[in-house]
Amino acid sequence: MNGEVESKPNPIEQFELHRLFPFEVSGFDASFTNASLFMLLAALGVVLLMVVATSSKAIVPGRMQAVAEMLYEFVANTVRQTAGKEGMKFFPFIFSLFSFILISNLIGLVPYSFSPTAQIVVTFAFAAVVISLVVLYGLYRHGLRFLNLFVPHGVPLPVLVVLVPIEIISFLSRPISLSVRLFANILAGHITLAVFGGFVMLLLSAGAWAVLAPIPILAIVALYALELLVAFLQAFVFSVLTCVYLNDAIHPGH
Amino acid sequence: MASEMQLVGAGLAAIGTGAAAIGVGLIFGNFVNGALRNPSAAASQFTNAIIGAALAEGLGIFAFLIAILLYLKS
Repeated sequence: MNGEVESKPNPIEQFELHRLFPFEVSGFDASFTNASLFMLLAALGVVLLMVVATSSKAIVPGRMQAVAEMLYEFVANTVRQTAGKEGMKFFPFIFSLFSFILISNLIGLVPYSFSPTAQIVVTFAFAAVVISLVVLYGLYRHGLRFLNLFVPHGVPLPVLVVLVPIEIISFLSRPISLSVRLFANILAGHITLAVFGGFVMLLLSAGAWAVLAPIPILAIVALYALELLVAFLQAFVFSVLTCVYLNDAIHPGH
Repeated sequence: MASEMQLVGAGLAAIGTGAAAIGVGLIFGNFVNGALRNPSAAASQFTNAIIGAALAEGLGIFAFLIAILLYLKS
């Protein structure tokens, strides 16, 4: 790929980071990049949505209030179903996680914008926070009995010898799969959109073949619908899996 | 030569995404199957279907990621 002609469409270009305000702390690059800008926008978007939605507090909700109430009910039901009543104390955390990921996925779908959730460092930071919360809360709540998580009940000893390492490996791979799932879904969607956009450009520059250019555009419209679904679904999946892992910390030794 | 082989490997790794598609299809197919037999229990199991689909899809996404890495390195 390296050293290719620049005129060809490059589907990876949209994920490049640019320093908007270069800033360095003792040799450590802490610049304000376009990723930081769009994460800030997403956070402000969530805050704005909630502030505007709760400003009137009508008994018959207006549009904005209905959106906020639906979001709240949706996340609250998910938490109650997957982590039980005790999981509700983590509701603020999961709600902020869900709404932030959802809004940044949706902002990333606006053309010429930037998707912060398509950066592995962002999603891995989320996953690391989630898993450290699970481990710390499990240890705080149950002490060393939290390690029962790796020893399923009612399994004979010879099977345990095989099962315990498998459980440990599956626990250790959770932050990786949690972060890579979100990151790769968003990345794959944006690459697909860019590749189809590239088809349009190639067809337009190919003389008579330009009459076929609307076909990839129709495909892009369909893909956009799919990407909207994916943006919502991945935020949902991320928060549901967070609830499932927190449930493990609340009730270890299943 | 190595770069051509990397492209072949990227193509081979992309097969995994198709396998994940089969898995996700099986999950939702069986979910609808069960939901039509007992619609009253469907809503409570939808979250489980989504979790299963997410786990199956994650493995396909890993294959896709390997394909992308091989493609970009070539």
